[in-house]
Amino acid sequence: MTINETQDELISDFELFDDWESKYEFIIDLGKQFPPLEEQYKTEDNIIKGCQSRVWLNAYMDGELLKFEADSDAIIVRGLVSMLVKVLSGHTPQEIASADVYFMEKVGLHQHLAQTRSNGLAAMLKQMKAYGFAYQAKSVNA
Amino acid sequence: MSHNLDIASIRNDFPILNEVVNGKQLVYFDNAATTQKPRLVLDALSGYYEHYNANIHRGIHHLAEKATSAFEQSRKRLQAFLNAEHSEEIIFTYGTTDGINLVASAYGRKFLQEGDEVIISTMEHHSNIVPWQMLCEEKGCVLKVIPINDQGELLMDEYEKLLTERTKFVAVVHVSNALGTINPIKEIISKAHAVGAKVLIDGAQASSHIQIDVQDLDCDFYSLSLHKIYGPTGMGILYGKRDLLNAMPPYRGGGEMIKEVTFAKTTYNELPYKFEAGTPNIADVVAAKFALDYVDALGKPNIAAYENELLAYATEAVKEIEGLRIIGQAKEKVSVLSFVIEGIHHQDIGVLLDQQGIAVRTGHHCTQPLMNRFGITGTSRASFAVYNTTEEIDKLIQGLHKVKRMLG
Repeated sequence: MTINETQDELISDFELFDDWESKYEFIIDLGKQFPPLEEQYKTEDNIIKGCQSRVWLNAYMDGELLKFEADSDAIIVRGLVSMLVKVLSGHTPQEIASADVYFMEKVGLHQHLAQTRSNGLAAMLKQMKAYGFAYQAKSVNA
Repeated sequence: MSHNLDIASIRNDFPILNEVVNGKQLVYFDNAATTQKPRLVLDALSGYYEHYNANIHRGIHHLAEKATSAFEQSRKRLQAFLNAEHSEEIIFTYGTTDGINLVASAYGRKFLQEGDEVIISTMEHHSNIVPWQMLCEEKGCVLKVIPINDQGELLMDEYEKLLTERTKFVAVVHVSNALGTINPIKEIISKAHAVGAKVLIDGAQASSHIQIDVQDLDCDFYSLSLHKIYGPTGMGILYGKRDLLNAMPPYRGGGEMIKEVTFAKTTYNELPYKFEAGTPNIADVVAAKFALDYVDALGKPNIAAYENELLAYATEAVKEIEGLRIIGQAKEKVSVLSFVIEGIHHQDIGVLLDQQGIAVRTGHHCTQPLMNRFGITGTSRASFAVYNTTEEIDKLIQGLHKVKRMLG
């Protein structure tokens, strides 16, 4: 599935919910189901510090594809993080670097990406794209 | 103590309380971060811009005179609010943090030497830690920290042990933003003076709840923000004893703070202008007076009595939330209820309460060393102001039950 196909699928998932409770219950469930990041990757280098919750992001190349694993100590952020990983992980660095991440806005979760210090989510998205740029540059130079 | 306030009528003075958030009427419990503004403060702000906006002190035209007069009336109003001896002891700043930086920089750099000691406490806001750390690093001074007990009260015995002839400065918060603890600052000040140290009090959280008399306290400096006393954002005041302020060099250079400028030498203006470089925040200073008028018309003892009722009600009500633990149980507290719920991250609490239209503050409250002391990364904090009600606290309790159900 392309990045945009995954985003569109998430958007249609959210269309099923008609109140905030079911929407957030879905995100909480995603957070609970998301596999935790192995402790060895919860390093100072991988931490994306927000004012309130911590987010860890680990990136690695699997053949031609850039993959992500992540975690957070807050469950709602964990659910949101799992969606960003689902959308972006397993694509080429070029695709990730140039991706337009629009689903959060479309499903009414844009406040979680706002440039406040309340969570590390905006910083995480920026970091994911930075990995895309970095690995893209590496492959060009190789 | 009882109060004689008409809360329904007070609520009508605050237009923002009618806001609808996520489909629910706003419940605003983030008053320790900033209070909402009554209509007369909003009117004073627009009235200034509509009728007499002008730069102050230099103009000779009608508007400039009117603006200057209103600006200086605010200074006199703040002098009365703190019972300062002289109006020039009131320096307008951008807020509490700005005032602390002014003292750390202008007083600290001139009067502190290598090996001198500065005392702060475990419950300081970062604003009353970092400026002193920066000073100590620059001058080679030593920073010492007063410990606290599990209730969130300063250990006064330990404080006394820290005081020596090397202690040159003590900077302590009047009321903790994260815990609500009211510190015995009069005792702290007199003990510091006994060893010849000067004292700054961070009054950011105290000023809306507690009557402050700087002469009775005998404090050397007192810094506060007006936006926490129902006034505008972006302005505060630093009170300083006149002799100390006179002895200090200017903090910032620019217009207003000078007497005469040549390329060879500049002579500085007198107090308070020496510390007020550049065009000040005129509109907000002017409107601040109206916030203080509002507070004094209600009466701080009334406000405190009512807020204490709210705190007592909430403290009792949260007992029904399983796994909830109150952080900060000092005997002397203002209306701040900080808590953690076992197994639930404070950010999740904040997000799910927000969905229910309830605004609380979650996180470390810019007091990371204090959070470390309690072995936690943050709390959820409900802080109450004079316009809050027990019905709103009931909504918070229902909201917390829902949070627990959803995350259970």
